Amino acid sequence: MRRIQHAFLDEYSDLDSVIHKLDPRAKLIGFVALVVLCVSTPPNLWLAFAVFLALEMTVLFISHVPLRHVLKRMLIVVPFILAVALFIPFFNKGGGSYNLGPLKVSAHGLTILWNVTIKSMVSVFAVILLSSTTPFPDLLHAMEKLKMPRIITTTLSFTYRYVFVLLDELQRMKRARDSRGWSGKWLWQAKVIGHMIGALFLRSYERGERVYAAMLSRGYDGQVQTAYTYRVGVAEIGFLALIVLVPIAVRLSF
Amino acid sequence: MHHRPAVEIRSLLYSYPDGTLALRGIDLVIEEGESVGIVGPNGAGKSTLLLHLNGILMGKGDVRVFGLPVEKKNLQEIRRRVGLVFQDPDDQLFCPTVFEDVAFGPMNMGLSKKEVSLAVSRALRDVGVAGKERRSAHHLSYGQKKRVSIATVLSMRPDLLVLDEPSSNLDPKSRRELSELLQNMPITKILVTHDLPFVFENCDRVVVLSAGRIAADGAAFDILSDEELLAEYGLELPYGFYPVQRQRSKNHDREM
Repeated sequence: MRRIQHAFLDEYSDLDSVIHKLDPRAKLIGFVALVVLCVSTPPNLWLAFAVFLALEMTVLFISHVPLRHVLKRMLIVVPFILAVALFIPFFNKGGGSYNLGPLKVSAHGLTILWNVTIKSMVSVFAVILLSSTTPFPDLLHAMEKLKMPRIITTTLSFTYRYVFVLLDELQRMKRARDSRGWSGKWLWQAKVIGHMIGALFLRSYERGERVYAAMLSRGYDGQVQTAYTYRVGVAEIGFLALIVLVPIAVRLSF
Repeated sequence: MHHRPAVEIRSLLYSYPDGTLALRGIDLVIEEGESVGIVGPNGAGKSTLLLHLNGILMGKGDVRVFGLPVEKKNLQEIRRRVGLVFQDPDDQLFCPTVFEDVAFGPMNMGLSKKEVSLAVSRALRDVGVAGKERRSAHHLSYGQKKRVSIATVLSMRPDLLVLDEPSSNLDPKSRRELSELLQNMPITKILVTHDLPFVFENCDRVVVLSAGRIAADGAAFDILSDEELLAEYGLELPYGFYPVQRQRSKNHDREM
């Protein structure tokens, strides 16, 4: 039996590189800033995108996260980009056109395709770097420290804790169902899926009540406290300079 | 000084929102330092009774813990002194990491960060899972989850430890280790369980609960060797388990 593990979410985040040791707040701010800078760059600044990618490759190299891992994760989003952007050059009419056999490709459309592809690649790369150099719980603390609304961080925290508990529960229900000869071939069997969703909802609801009782039992009064202290030092400033100031400088120099 | 038992319950009545009467008049006094097993068939009201000890549920009647009436203004103090551990570790452990779970109680008590860290390391060391601070509870073995669950209340330095089904789902080795752990903790303990040998090993006193009432209350040996009484309340000793024999070996151990 293959069990989905938490490591799926933040694989390689337990390595021990300079990047891994950085204050998670610095990484969160740095990568988010990089994404914003990249997305706001005009598509014809080719060199800027080259610099973004070079920066990311540098961080990747320092962090010892294997390139293969990043590429594998990036593959997951590629179909979405293609589904959205691949047809644009054929339908868009703007800015002159090239003949591609029987098909006409518009220059404007090609620019849009390039724009969407490169920006999503750079952004996804940044997010993968963030998640594979920062354990998810640390990321949550960083969000809390950066004053993200408590309701969001708490919800994320419970999701992280219970998503696999729920998946395990679903898996057990599926096994119990299949062990009694469920084939999925008959229309009436579709009803069973509805029952399972209902059962899962009820179980989760009841678990929610028990968890809340467990929280109250340990003195919960609506305020979540955290016991983490982070320190911003030379490494953090260096990292932020690299990942934020270099792209800004590149942007300004055009 | 006025004598204050750990737990003092007088004519406690509780009915669920749908009207089902779960507790029909419970009178129970537990002295400090006692280790009490609460047994009884499913639906007898055992878990409901536990939830009254720290005010998660509040029924009619009088519940006092270390002399403090269980009422709103005392809840924070009572919940610090009563460490209630739920049956399912996936309910007890709700934080992303083991550290945060064990730190949750001390943080709510308003301890400083340094004190919290100390309390967490001490609690994890006491239950024998030091070094797992950064792990997610999802990745621990079931026995480790149970131990961490206990650590989550030990870190609050409770005076009364209340455990719901502590030995359920544990493999024999983890069960024995849990038993040893409990015996090395010199505080007042209340255990709710179906595992009668576990009760016999860990408790001096046994309370039999049935249909919301206390059906019997006495020394562990007397209750567990009374087959008729046990049978009447749907309780059975596992095949091959004889309290008389165990008592002899217990006494033998003590004399050595």
